Amino acid sequence: MGLEIGLGHYLTVAAILFTLGVFGIFINRKNIIVILMSVELILLAVNLNLVAFSAHLNDLQGQVFALMILTVAAAEAAIGLAILVIFYRNRGTIAVEDVNMMKG
Amino acid sequence: MNSDVTDFASLAPAYPEVLMALGILVLLLVGVVINKERSALVSWLAVGLLAATGLLVMLQPTDGVIFNGLFIADSFGRFMKVLVIGGAGLALILAMSNAEENGVHKYEYSVLALLATLGMMVMVSANDLMSLYVGLELQSLSLYVMAAIKRDDPRASEAGLKYFVLGALSSGLLLYGASLIYGFTGHTNLGEIVIAIANEGRSVGLIFGVVFLLAGVAFKISAVPFHMWTPDVYEGAPTPVTAFFAMAPKVAAMTLMIRLVMDTFAPITSDWQQIVIFLSIASMVLAAFAAIGQQSLKRLIAYSSIGHVGFALVGLSSGTQVGVEGVAIYMAIYVAMTVGLFACLLSFRTDTGYVETIDDLAGAAQTRPFVAAIMAILMFSLIGLPPLAGFFAKWHVFLAAIEANLYVLSVIGVLASAVSAFYYLRVVKVMFFDAPIKQFAAVPGELNIIMAASGFLVVTYYFTVGNPLASWAQTAAGSLF
Repeated sequence: MGLEIGLGHYLTVAAILFTLGVFGIFINRKNIIVILMSVELILLAVNLNLVAFSAHLNDLQGQVFALMILTVAAAEAAIGLAILVIFYRNRGTIAVEDVNMMKG
Repeated sequence: MNSDVTDFASLAPAYPEVLMALGILVLLLVGVVINKERSALVSWLAVGLLAATGLLVMLQPTDGVIFNGLFIADSFGRFMKVLVIGGAGLALILAMSNAEENGVHKYEYSVLALLATLGMMVMVSANDLMSLYVGLELQSLSLYVMAAIKRDDPRASEAGLKYFVLGALSSGLLLYGASLIYGFTGHTNLGEIVIAIANEGRSVGLIFGVVFLLAGVAFKISAVPFHMWTPDVYEGAPTPVTAFFAMAPKVAAMTLMIRLVMDTFAPITSDWQQIVIFLSIASMVLAAFAAIGQQSLKRLIAYSSIGHVGFALVGLSSGTQVGVEGVAIYMAIYVAMTVGLFACLLSFRTDTGYVETIDDLAGAAQTRPFVAAIMAILMFSLIGLPPLAGFFAKWHVFLAAIEANLYVLSVIGVLASAVSAFYYLRVVKVMFFDAPIKQFAAVPGELNIIMAASGFLVVTYYFTVGNPLASWAQTAAGSLF
Protein backbone atom coordinates (compact mmCIF):
# COMPACT_ATOMS: atom_id res chain seq x y z
CA MET A 1 0.00 0.00 0.00
CA GLY A 2 1.78 3.09 -1.20
CA LEU A 3 1.47 6.41 0.57
CA GLU A 4 0.45 9.22 -1.73
CA ILE A 5 2.52 12.34 -1.03
CA GLY A 6 0.25 15.30 -1.72
CA LEU A 7 0.18 19.06 -1.31
CA GLY A 8 -0.71 18.76 2.36
CA HIS A 9 2.48 16.90 3.18
CA TYR A 10 4.66 19.49 1.48
CA LEU A 11 2.85 22.32 3.25
CA THR A 12 3.29 20.55 6.59
CA VAL A 13 7.01 20.10 6.07
CA ALA A 14 7.32 23.76 5.01
CA ALA A 15 5.34 24.90 8.04
CA ILE A 16 7.58 22.85 10.35
CA LEU A 17 10.72 24.28 8.71
CA PHE A 18 9.32 27.79 8.98
CA THR A 19 8.49 27.36 12.66
CA LEU A 20 11.94 25.91 13.33
CA GLY A 21 13.47 28.95 11.62
CA VAL A 22 11.44 31.45 13.65
CA PHE A 23 12.17 29.65 16.91
CA GLY A 24 15.81 29.38 15.93
CA ILE A 25 15.95 33.18 15.86
CA PHE A 26 14.11 33.79 19.11
CA ILE A 27 15.13 30.93 21.36
CA ASN A 28 18.75 30.73 20.20
CA ARG A 29 21.01 32.03 22.98
CA LYS A 30 24.34 31.08 21.52
CA ASN A 31 25.62 32.31 18.23
CA ILE A 32 24.65 34.78 15.53
CA ILE A 33 25.69 32.37 12.77
CA VAL A 34 22.84 30.12 13.95
CA ILE A 35 20.48 33.06 13.40
CA LEU A 36 21.71 33.43 9.82
CA MET A 37 21.08 29.71 9.31
CA SER A 38 17.58 30.11 10.73
CA VAL A 39 16.90 32.92 8.27
CA GLU A 40 17.94 30.63 5.42
CA LEU A 41 15.66 27.92 6.83
CA ILE A 42 12.70 30.31 6.72
CA LEU A 43 13.42 31.26 3.12
CA LEU A 44 13.76 27.60 2.12
CA ALA A 45 10.44 26.80 3.78
CA VAL A 46 8.87 29.53 1.66
CA ASN A 47 10.50 28.13 -1.48
CA LEU A 48 9.19 24.66 -0.71
CA ASN A 49 5.71 26.15 -0.26
CA LEU A 50 5.92 28.00 -3.56
CA VAL A 51 7.16 25.04 -5.55
CA ALA A 52 4.55 22.72 -4.02
CA PHE A 53 1.78 25.18 -4.84
CA SER A 54 3.23 25.70 -8.29
CA ALA A 55 3.09 21.98 -9.03
CA HIS A 56 -0.35 21.66 -7.49
CA LEU A 57 -1.80 24.60 -9.44
CA ASN A 58 0.04 23.61 -12.62
CA ASP A 59 1.25 27.21 -12.86
CA LEU A 60 4.84 28.35 -13.41
CA GLN A 61 4.71 31.65 -11.52
CA GLY A 62 5.45 30.01 -8.19
CA GLN A 63 8.69 28.52 -9.50
CA VAL A 64 9.76 31.86 -10.93
CA PHE A 65 9.08 33.41 -7.54
CA ALA A 66 11.17 30.69 -5.86
CA LEU A 67 14.09 31.43 -8.17
CA MET A 68 13.89 35.12 -7.31
CA ILE A 69 13.89 34.30 -3.60
CA LEU A 70 16.98 32.09 -4.03
CA THR A 71 18.80 34.96 -5.71
CA VAL A 72 17.84 37.54 -3.13
CA ALA A 73 18.64 35.12 -0.30
CA ALA A 74 22.20 34.84 -1.61
CA ALA A 75 22.59 38.62 -1.56
CA GLU A 76 21.03 38.75 1.89
CA ALA A 77 23.42 36.15 3.27
CA ALA A 78 26.39 38.05 1.84
CA ILE A 79 25.32 41.28 3.51
CA GLY A 80 24.49 39.54 6.77
CA LEU A 81 27.93 37.94 6.95
CA ALA A 82 29.60 41.26 6.07
CA ILE A 83 27.79 43.00 8.91
CA LEU A 84 28.68 40.11 11.21
CA VAL A 85 32.36 40.51 10.30
CA ILE A 86 32.44 44.21 11.20
CA PHE A 87 30.54 43.45 14.40
CA TYR A 88 33.17 40.86 15.31
CA ARG A 89 35.99 43.31 14.54
CA ASN A 90 34.49 45.91 16.86
CA ARG A 91 33.44 43.66 19.70
CA GLY A 92 35.54 40.50 19.40
CA THR A 93 32.52 38.24 19.91
CA ILE A 94 29.54 36.89 17.99
CA ALA A 95 27.58 35.56 20.96
CA VAL A 96 23.94 36.59 20.95
CA GLU A 97 24.04 37.63 24.61
CA ASP A 98 26.77 40.18 23.82
CA VAL A 99 24.57 42.11 21.39
CA ASN A 100 23.43 44.31 24.23
CA MET A 101 24.90 47.81 24.02
CA MET A 102 21.50 49.35 23.51
CA LYS A 103 18.46 48.55 25.62
CA GLY A 104 15.28 50.10 26.87
CA MET B 1 -1.47 45.04 -20.34
CA ASN B 2 1.31 43.19 -22.09
CA SER B 3 4.16 45.33 -23.18
CA ASP B 4 7.20 44.64 -25.27
CA VAL B 5 10.20 45.50 -23.12
CA THR B 6 12.32 46.24 -26.16
CA ASP B 7 10.09 49.18 -27.02
CA PHE B 8 11.42 52.06 -24.95
CA ALA B 9 8.32 54.22 -25.38
CA SER B 10 6.18 51.54 -23.72
CA LEU B 11 8.25 52.00 -20.57
CA ALA B 12 6.89 55.55 -20.11
CA PRO B 13 5.19 54.81 -16.73
CA ALA B 14 8.56 53.63 -15.39
CA TYR B 15 10.73 56.42 -16.78
CA PRO B 16 11.52 57.80 -13.30
CA GLU B 17 12.77 54.38 -12.16
CA VAL B 18 14.76 53.93 -15.36
CA LEU B 19 16.36 57.34 -14.88
CA MET B 20 17.18 56.49 -11.27
CA ALA B 21 18.73 53.12 -12.15
CA LEU B 22 20.90 54.58 -14.93
CA GLY B 23 21.86 57.55 -12.75
CA ILE B 24 22.94 55.24 -9.92
CA LEU B 25 25.24 53.33 -12.28
CA VAL B 26 26.80 56.58 -13.48
CA LEU B 27 27.23 57.85 -9.92
CA LEU B 28 28.89 54.61 -8.89
CA LEU B 29 31.39 55.11 -11.73
CA VAL B 30 31.94 58.74 -10.76
CA GLY B 31 32.53 57.68 -7.18
CA VAL B 32 35.09 55.08 -8.18
CA VAL B 33 36.93 57.32 -10.64
CA ILE B 34 37.27 60.52 -8.60
CA ASN B 35 39.31 60.91 -5.48
CA LYS B 36 37.68 59.64 -2.29
CA GLU B 37 38.16 63.01 -0.58
CA ARG B 38 35.67 64.60 -2.90
CA SER B 39 32.63 62.51 -2.03
CA ALA B 40 30.70 65.78 -1.46
CA LEU B 41 30.47 65.94 -5.26
CA VAL B 42 28.78 62.53 -5.35
CA SER B 43 26.40 63.61 -2.59
CA TRP B 44 25.34 66.69 -4.53
CA LEU B 45 25.02 64.68 -7.74
CA ALA B 46 22.84 62.22 -5.82
CA VAL B 47 20.61 65.05 -4.60
CA GLY B 48 20.48 66.36 -8.18
CA LEU B 49 19.50 62.92 -9.48
CA LEU B 50 16.73 62.69 -6.88
CA ALA B 51 15.50 66.16 -7.83
CA ALA B 52 15.47 65.24 -11.52
CA THR B 53 13.60 62.01 -10.79
CA GLY B 54 11.12 63.89 -8.61
CA LEU B 55 10.49 66.40 -11.37
CA LEU B 56 10.02 63.59 -13.88
CA VAL B 57 7.47 61.96 -11.57
CA MET B 58 5.53 65.20 -11.21
CA LEU B 59 5.79 66.68 -14.70
CA GLN B 60 5.46 63.53 -16.82
CA PRO B 61 2.54 61.70 -15.27
CA THR B 62 1.87 58.55 -17.30
CA ASP B 63 -0.56 56.03 -15.88
CA GLY B 64 -0.29 52.42 -16.85
CA VAL B 65 0.48 48.83 -15.97
CA ILE B 66 3.66 47.52 -17.56
CA PHE B 67 6.16 44.64 -17.34
CA ASN B 68 3.37 42.07 -17.73
CA GLY B 69 1.45 43.49 -14.80
CA LEU B 70 4.41 43.70 -12.41
CA PHE B 71 4.47 47.48 -12.23
CA ILE B 72 1.69 50.03 -11.87
CA ALA B 73 1.90 53.82 -12.19
CA ASP B 74 -1.05 55.79 -10.80
CA SER B 75 -1.55 59.13 -9.07
CA PHE B 76 -1.47 57.52 -5.62
CA GLY B 77 1.94 56.07 -6.41
CA ARG B 78 3.13 59.41 -7.74
CA PHE B 79 2.09 61.24 -4.57
CA MET B 80 3.97 58.75 -2.42
CA LYS B 81 6.97 58.68 -4.75
CA VAL B 82 7.35 62.43 -4.45
CA LEU B 83 7.31 62.02 -0.64
CA VAL B 84 9.84 59.19 -0.79
CA ILE B 85 12.16 61.10 -3.11
CA GLY B 86 11.78 64.29 -1.10
CA GLY B 87 12.49 62.50 2.17
CA ALA B 88 15.54 60.76 0.72
CA GLY B 89 16.93 63.95 -0.82
CA LEU B 90 16.50 65.94 2.37
CA ALA B 91 18.14 63.15 4.39
CA LEU B 92 21.10 63.23 2.00
CA ILE B 93 21.44 67.00 2.45
CA LEU B 94 21.29 66.53 6.24
CA ALA B 95 24.13 64.01 5.98
CA MET B 96 26.50 66.50 4.33
CA SER B 97 27.44 68.58 7.34
CA ASN B 98 30.10 66.88 9.47
CA ALA B 99 29.83 63.82 7.27
CA GLU B 100 33.25 62.61 8.40
CA GLU B 101 32.28 62.52 12.06
CA ASN B 102 29.13 60.53 11.27
CA GLY B 103 30.98 58.09 9.07
CA VAL B 104 28.78 58.94 6.07
CA HIS B 105 31.45 60.76 4.06
CA LYS B 106 32.13 57.80 1.79
CA TYR B 107 30.57 58.01 -1.68
CA GLU B 108 29.06 54.55 -1.15
CA TYR B 109 26.66 56.13 1.32
CA SER B 110 24.98 58.27 -1.34
CA VAL B 111 24.88 55.39 -3.80
CA LEU B 112 23.32 53.08 -1.21
CA ALA B 113 20.78 55.75 -0.31
CA LEU B 114 19.84 56.04 -3.99
CA LEU B 115 19.56 52.25 -4.35
CA ALA B 116 17.30 52.17 -1.30
CA THR B 117 15.21 54.94 -2.85
CA LEU B 118 14.93 53.02 -6.11
CA GLY B 119 13.77 50.00 -4.12
CA MET B 120 11.16 52.15 -2.41
CA MET B 121 9.92 53.49 -5.74
CA VAL B 122 9.48 49.90 -6.94
CA MET B 123 7.65 49.06 -3.71
CA VAL B 124 5.32 52.02 -4.18
CA SER B 125 4.57 50.91 -7.75
CA ALA B 126 4.49 47.17 -7.11
CA ASN B 127 1.51 45.40 -8.67
CA ASP B 128 2.67 41.84 -8.09
CA LEU B 129 3.93 39.91 -5.07
CA MET B 130 7.23 39.37 -6.90
CA SER B 131 7.97 43.01 -7.72
CA LEU B 132 6.81 43.89 -4.21
CA TYR B 133 9.36 41.50 -2.72
CA VAL B 134 12.22 42.54 -4.98
CA GLY B 135 11.58 46.25 -4.34
CA LEU B 136 11.35 45.64 -0.62
CA GLU B 137 14.60 43.70 -0.55
CA LEU B 138 16.46 46.26 -2.66
CA GLN B 139 15.42 48.81 -0.08
CA SER B 140 16.12 46.64 2.97
CA LEU B 141 19.53 45.33 1.87
CA SER B 142 20.72 48.88 1.20
CA LEU B 143 19.39 50.04 4.55
CA TYR B 144 21.17 47.26 6.48
CA VAL B 145 24.48 48.41 5.06
CA MET B 146 23.66 52.07 5.69
CA ALA B 147 22.94 51.34 9.37
CA ALA B 148 26.39 49.79 9.77
CA ILE B 149 28.25 52.19 7.48
CA LYS B 150 30.27 53.66 10.35
CA ARG B 151 32.41 50.56 10.41
CA ASP B 152 34.61 51.39 13.39
CA ASP B 153 31.70 52.22 15.70
CA PRO B 154 30.53 49.28 17.86
CA ARG B 155 27.08 50.78 18.32
CA ALA B 156 26.54 51.33 14.60
CA SER B 157 27.57 47.77 13.78
CA GLU B 158 25.29 46.45 16.50
CA ALA B 159 22.46 48.53 15.07
CA GLY B 160 23.20 47.11 11.63
CA LEU B 161 23.23 43.57 12.97
CA LYS B 162 19.94 43.95 14.84
CA TYR B 163 18.31 45.60 11.85
CA PHE B 164 19.55 42.82 9.60
CA VAL B 165 18.34 39.95 11.77
CA LEU B 166 14.89 41.39 12.43
CA GLY B 167 14.57 42.71 8.88
CA ALA B 168 15.40 39.29 7.46
CA LEU B 169 12.85 37.72 9.80
CA SER B 170 10.20 40.19 8.65
CA SER B 171 11.00 39.45 5.00
CA GLY B 172 10.58 35.78 5.84
CA LEU B 173 7.16 36.37 7.40
CA LEU B 174 6.12 38.47 4.42
CA LEU B 175 7.25 35.81 1.97
CA TYR B 176 5.52 33.02 3.84
CA GLY B 177 2.34 35.06 3.64
CA ALA B 178 2.93 35.71 -0.04
CA SER B 179 3.42 31.99 -0.72
CA LEU B 180 0.14 31.14 1.05
CA ILE B 181 -1.72 33.86 -0.85
CA TYR B 182 -0.28 32.53 -4.10
CA GLY B 183 -1.29 29.01 -3.18
CA PHE B 184 -4.85 29.81 -2.17
CA THR B 185 -5.65 32.27 -4.97
CA GLY B 186 -3.43 30.86 -7.73
CA HIS B 187 -2.02 34.27 -8.68
CA THR B 188 0.84 36.55 -7.75
CA ASN B 189 -0.54 39.57 -9.59
CA LEU B 190 -2.34 41.87 -7.14
CA GLY B 191 -5.08 42.69 -9.65
CA GLU B 192 -5.81 39.01 -10.26
CA ILE B 193 -5.68 38.22 -6.55
CA VAL B 194 -8.53 40.70 -5.93
CA ILE B 195 -10.66 38.97 -8.57
CA ALA B 196 -9.82 35.54 -7.18
CA ILE B 197 -10.70 36.57 -3.62
CA ALA B 198 -13.92 38.22 -4.78
CA ASN B 199 -14.96 35.10 -6.70
CA GLU B 200 -13.91 32.35 -4.34
CA GLY B 201 -14.42 34.11 -1.02
CA ARG B 202 -12.13 33.75 1.95
CA SER B 203 -10.45 30.58 3.11
CA VAL B 204 -8.44 29.86 6.23
CA GLY B 205 -5.23 29.57 4.20
CA LEU B 206 -5.82 32.94 2.61
CA ILE B 207 -6.44 34.63 5.95
CA PHE B 208 -3.20 33.09 7.30
CA GLY B 209 -1.41 34.49 4.27
CA VAL B 210 -2.90 37.95 4.80
CA VAL B 211 -1.88 37.94 8.46
CA PHE B 212 1.72 36.94 7.66
CA LEU B 213 1.97 39.43 4.81
CA LEU B 214 0.64 42.30 6.93
CA ALA B 215 2.94 41.29 9.82
CA GLY B 216 5.90 41.56 7.44
CA VAL B 217 4.84 45.02 6.30
CA ALA B 218 4.10 46.07 9.90
CA PHE B 219 7.76 45.30 10.69
CA LYS B 220 8.84 47.74 8.00
CA ILE B 221 6.59 50.56 9.22
CA SER B 222 7.58 49.61 12.81
CA ALA B 223 4.06 49.21 14.16
CA VAL B 224 3.71 47.58 17.60
CA PRO B 225 4.16 44.61 18.26
CA PHE B 226 6.75 44.51 15.45
CA HIS B 227 8.59 47.64 16.57
CA MET B 228 11.34 46.26 18.81
CA TRP B 229 14.16 46.97 16.36
CA THR B 230 13.28 50.65 15.96
CA PRO B 231 14.65 52.25 19.16
CA ASP B 232 17.90 50.27 19.01
CA VAL B 233 18.54 50.96 15.34
CA TYR B 234 17.63 54.63 15.65
CA GLU B 235 19.92 55.04 18.63
CA GLY B 236 22.87 53.07 17.28
CA ALA B 237 22.97 54.29 13.69
CA PRO B 238 24.66 57.65 12.97
CA THR B 239 22.10 60.49 13.20
CA PRO B 240 21.95 61.30 9.43
CA VAL B 241 21.27 57.61 8.75
CA THR B 242 18.54 57.62 11.39
CA ALA B 243 17.04 60.64 9.62
CA PHE B 244 16.98 58.65 6.40
CA PHE B 245 15.34 55.66 8.15
CA ALA B 246 12.70 57.82 9.77
CA MET B 247 11.39 59.34 6.55
CA ALA B 248 11.46 57.61 3.16
CA PRO B 249 11.28 53.90 4.16
CA LYS B 250 8.30 54.56 6.43
CA VAL B 251 6.42 56.30 3.62
CA ALA B 252 7.21 53.51 1.16
CA ALA B 253 6.17 50.72 3.54
CA MET B 254 3.01 52.62 4.48
CA THR B 255 2.18 52.92 0.77
CA LEU B 256 2.61 49.17 0.42
CA MET B 257 0.29 48.63 3.38
CA ILE B 258 -2.33 50.95 1.88
CA ARG B 259 -2.13 49.41 -1.57
CA LEU B 260 -2.39 45.88 -0.18
CA VAL B 261 -5.32 46.41 2.15
CA MET B 262 -7.32 48.94 0.15
CA ASP B 263 -6.83 47.33 -3.23
CA THR B 264 -5.84 43.68 -3.01
CA PHE B 265 -7.68 42.73 0.16
CA ALA B 266 -10.69 44.97 -0.43
CA PRO B 267 -13.06 41.95 -0.60
CA ILE B 268 -12.06 40.90 2.92
CA THR B 269 -12.12 44.35 4.51
CA SER B 270 -13.60 43.19 7.82
CA ASP B 271 -10.68 40.77 8.30
CA TRP B 272 -7.79 43.15 7.67
CA GLN B 273 -9.55 45.96 9.50
CA GLN B 274 -9.20 44.05 12.80
CA ILE B 275 -5.47 43.65 12.21
CA VAL B 276 -4.92 47.30 11.32
CA ILE B 277 -7.00 48.55 14.24
CA PHE B 278 -5.00 46.36 16.62
CA LEU B 279 -1.68 47.60 15.18
CA SER B 280 -2.91 51.17 15.41
CA ILE B 281 -4.06 51.05 19.04
CA ALA B 282 -1.01 49.09 20.18
CA SER B 283 1.38 51.52 18.45
CA MET B 284 -0.27 54.66 19.78
CA VAL B 285 -0.57 53.45 23.37
CA LEU B 286 2.77 51.70 23.72
CA ALA B 287 4.69 54.57 22.10
CA ALA B 288 3.02 57.14 24.34
CA PHE B 289 3.97 55.31 27.53
CA ALA B 290 7.34 53.86 26.51
CA ALA B 291 8.69 57.23 25.39
CA ILE B 292 8.12 58.80 28.81
CA GLY B 293 11.06 57.04 30.44
CA GLN B 294 13.55 57.66 27.64
CA GLN B 295 16.69 59.70 28.22
CA SER B 296 18.19 59.34 24.76
CA LEU B 297 16.86 61.83 22.22
CA LYS B 298 17.04 59.37 19.33
CA ARG B 299 15.14 56.71 21.27
CA LEU B 300 12.53 59.35 22.05
CA ILE B 301 12.23 60.12 18.35
CA ALA B 302 12.01 56.38 17.62
CA TYR B 303 9.05 55.96 19.97
CA SER B 304 7.56 59.15 18.61
CA SER B 305 7.75 57.74 15.08
CA ILE B 306 6.13 54.47 16.26
CA GLY B 307 3.31 56.55 17.72
CA HIS B 308 2.89 58.50 14.50
CA VAL B 309 2.63 55.28 12.52
CA GLY B 310 -0.17 54.32 14.90
CA PHE B 311 -1.98 57.60 14.23
CA ALA B 312 -1.58 57.20 10.47
CA LEU B 313 -3.04 53.69 10.74
CA VAL B 314 -6.13 55.21 12.41
CA GLY B 315 -6.94 56.73 9.03
CA LEU B 316 -6.28 53.46 7.23
CA SER B 317 -8.50 51.54 9.69
CA SER B 318 -11.52 53.36 8.31
CA GLY B 319 -11.04 51.58 4.96
CA THR B 320 -12.48 54.56 3.08
CA GLN B 321 -11.18 56.98 0.48
CA VAL B 322 -11.20 59.78 3.05
CA GLY B 323 -9.06 57.58 5.27
CA VAL B 324 -6.46 56.97 2.59
CA GLU B 325 -6.44 60.69 1.84
CA GLY B 326 -5.84 61.32 5.54
CA VAL B 327 -2.93 58.87 5.67
CA ALA B 328 -1.37 60.48 2.58
CA ILE B 329 -1.60 63.93 4.17
CA TYR B 330 -0.32 62.52 7.46
CA MET B 331 2.76 61.03 5.84
CA ALA B 332 3.51 64.30 4.00
CA ILE B 333 3.30 66.33 7.21
CA TYR B 334 5.24 63.65 9.11
CA VAL B 335 8.12 63.93 6.62
CA ALA B 336 8.09 67.75 6.88
CA MET B 337 8.22 67.61 10.70
CA THR B 338 10.79 64.82 10.89
CA VAL B 339 13.28 66.51 8.58
CA GLY B 340 13.11 69.66 10.72
CA LEU B 341 13.51 67.62 13.89
CA PHE B 342 16.65 65.90 12.63
CA ALA B 343 18.07 69.18 11.35
CA CYS B 344 17.66 70.52 14.90
CA LEU B 345 19.26 67.41 16.35
CA LEU B 346 22.25 67.72 14.03
CA SER B 347 22.57 71.41 14.96
CA PHE B 348 23.13 70.66 18.64
CA ARG B 349 26.78 69.75 18.46
CA THR B 350 29.42 70.29 21.10
CA ASP B 351 33.16 70.02 20.73
CA THR B 352 33.02 66.42 21.88
CA GLY B 353 30.24 65.29 19.55
CA TYR B 354 26.50 65.31 19.10
CA VAL B 355 24.08 65.60 22.00
CA GLU B 356 22.75 62.23 23.07
CA THR B 357 20.37 62.77 25.95
CA ILE B 358 17.54 65.17 26.60
CA ASP B 359 19.40 66.71 29.54
CA ASP B 360 22.22 67.73 27.20
CA LEU B 361 19.80 70.20 25.66
CA ALA B 362 19.50 72.14 28.93
CA GLY B 363 19.30 75.87 28.35
CA ALA B 364 19.57 75.57 24.59
CA ALA B 365 17.04 78.40 24.28
CA GLN B 366 19.65 80.80 25.65
CA THR B 367 22.67 79.62 23.69
CA ARG B 368 20.91 78.67 20.43
CA PRO B 369 17.57 80.52 20.44
CA PHE B 370 16.72 79.91 16.78
CA VAL B 371 17.26 76.14 16.85
CA ALA B 372 15.49 75.81 20.18
CA ALA B 373 12.52 77.82 18.89
CA ILE B 374 12.19 75.64 15.78
CA MET B 375 12.50 72.51 17.89
CA ALA B 376 9.80 73.75 20.26
CA ILE B 377 7.49 74.51 17.31
CA LEU B 378 8.08 71.03 15.92
CA MET B 379 7.42 69.46 19.33
CA PHE B 380 4.10 71.33 19.58
CA SER B 381 3.28 70.19 16.06
CA LEU B 382 4.15 66.56 16.89
CA ILE B 383 1.79 66.76 19.87
CA GLY B 384 -0.88 67.99 17.45
CA LEU B 385 -1.66 71.46 18.79
CA PRO B 386 -3.66 73.75 16.48
CA PRO B 387 -2.97 75.64 14.27
CA LEU B 388 0.26 73.75 13.52
CA ALA B 389 0.53 71.16 10.74
CA GLY B 390 0.55 68.20 13.14
CA PHE B 391 -2.96 69.12 14.25
CA PHE B 392 -4.32 68.97 10.71
CA ALA B 393 -2.58 65.65 10.11
CA LYS B 394 -4.39 64.13 13.10
CA TRP B 395 -7.60 65.96 12.20
CA HIS B 396 -7.77 64.23 8.81
CA VAL B 397 -7.18 60.70 10.10
CA PHE B 398 -9.49 61.00 13.12
CA LEU B 399 -12.21 62.53 10.96
CA ALA B 400 -12.01 59.52 8.64
CA ALA B 401 -12.18 57.12 11.61
CA ILE B 402 -15.22 58.88 13.09
CA GLU B 403 -17.00 58.87 9.73
CA ALA B 404 -16.45 55.10 9.69
CA ASN B 405 -17.98 54.83 13.20
CA LEU B 406 -14.70 53.78 14.83
CA TYR B 407 -15.41 55.77 17.99
CA VAL B 408 -13.43 53.64 20.44
CA LEU B 409 -10.35 53.80 18.25
CA SER B 410 -10.67 57.59 17.95
CA VAL B 411 -11.07 58.09 21.69
CA ILE B 412 -8.04 55.90 22.44
CA GLY B 413 -6.08 57.81 19.81
CA VAL B 414 -6.89 61.20 21.28
CA LEU B 415 -6.02 59.97 24.78
CA ALA B 416 -2.70 58.53 23.57
CA SER B 417 -2.00 61.85 21.88
CA ALA B 418 -2.61 63.63 25.19
CA VAL B 419 -0.24 61.26 27.03
CA SER B 420 2.43 61.74 24.37
CA ALA B 421 2.28 65.51 24.98
CA PHE B 422 4.13 64.85 28.25
CA TYR B 423 7.39 63.66 26.72
CA TYR B 424 7.38 66.23 23.93
CA LEU B 425 6.82 69.03 26.44
CA ARG B 426 9.62 67.69 28.63
CA VAL B 427 12.10 68.43 25.82
CA VAL B 428 10.71 71.96 25.50
CA LYS B 429 10.91 72.46 29.26
CA VAL B 430 14.54 71.31 29.40
CA MET B 431 15.50 73.63 26.55
CA PHE B 432 13.72 76.71 27.84
CA PHE B 433 13.72 76.53 31.63
CA ASP B 434 16.89 74.70 32.65
CA ALA B 435 20.25 76.38 33.10
CA PRO B 436 22.69 76.01 30.17
CA ILE B 437 25.44 73.46 30.72
CA LYS B 438 26.89 73.01 27.24
CA GLN B 439 28.41 75.27 24.64
CA PHE B 440 27.20 74.39 21.15
CA ALA B 441 29.22 74.62 17.96
CA ALA B 442 28.20 76.79 15.01
CA VAL B 443 25.31 75.53 12.87
CA PRO B 444 26.05 74.70 9.21
CA GLY B 445 24.14 76.81 6.69
CA GLU B 446 22.09 74.09 4.99
CA LEU B 447 20.72 72.92 8.33
CA ASN B 448 19.51 76.46 9.05
CA ILE B 449 17.69 76.54 5.73
CA ILE B 450 16.04 73.15 6.31
CA MET B 451 15.01 74.11 9.84
CA ALA B 452 13.59 77.44 8.69
CA ALA B 453 11.67 75.78 5.84
CA SER B 454 10.30 73.03 8.10
CA GLY B 455 9.29 75.53 10.77
CA PHE B 456 7.67 77.81 8.20
CA LEU B 457 5.64 74.97 6.65
CA VAL B 458 4.52 73.67 10.02
CA VAL B 459 3.40 77.08 11.28
CA THR B 460 1.74 78.37 8.12
CA TYR B 461 0.43 74.98 6.94
CA TYR B 462 -3.22 76.03 6.94
CA PHE B 463 -2.60 79.17 4.90
CA THR B 464 -0.01 77.92 2.44
CA VAL B 465 0.31 74.25 1.52
CA GLY B 466 -2.76 72.92 3.34
CA ASN B 467 -5.33 73.22 0.55
CA PRO B 468 -3.15 72.23 -2.42
CA LEU B 469 -1.83 69.26 -0.44
CA ALA B 470 -5.34 68.13 0.50
CA SER B 471 -6.61 68.34 -3.07
CA TRP B 472 -3.55 66.50 -4.37
CA ALA B 473 -4.01 63.79 -1.73
CA GLN B 474 -7.67 63.54 -2.75
CA THR B 475 -6.72 62.87 -6.39
CA ALA B 476 -4.12 60.38 -5.21
CA ALA B 477 -6.52 58.48 -2.94
CA GLY B 478 -9.16 58.56 -5.68
CA SER B 479 -6.97 56.50 -8.00
CA LEU B 480 -7.19 53.53 -5.61
CA PHE B 481 -10.99 53.34 -5.75
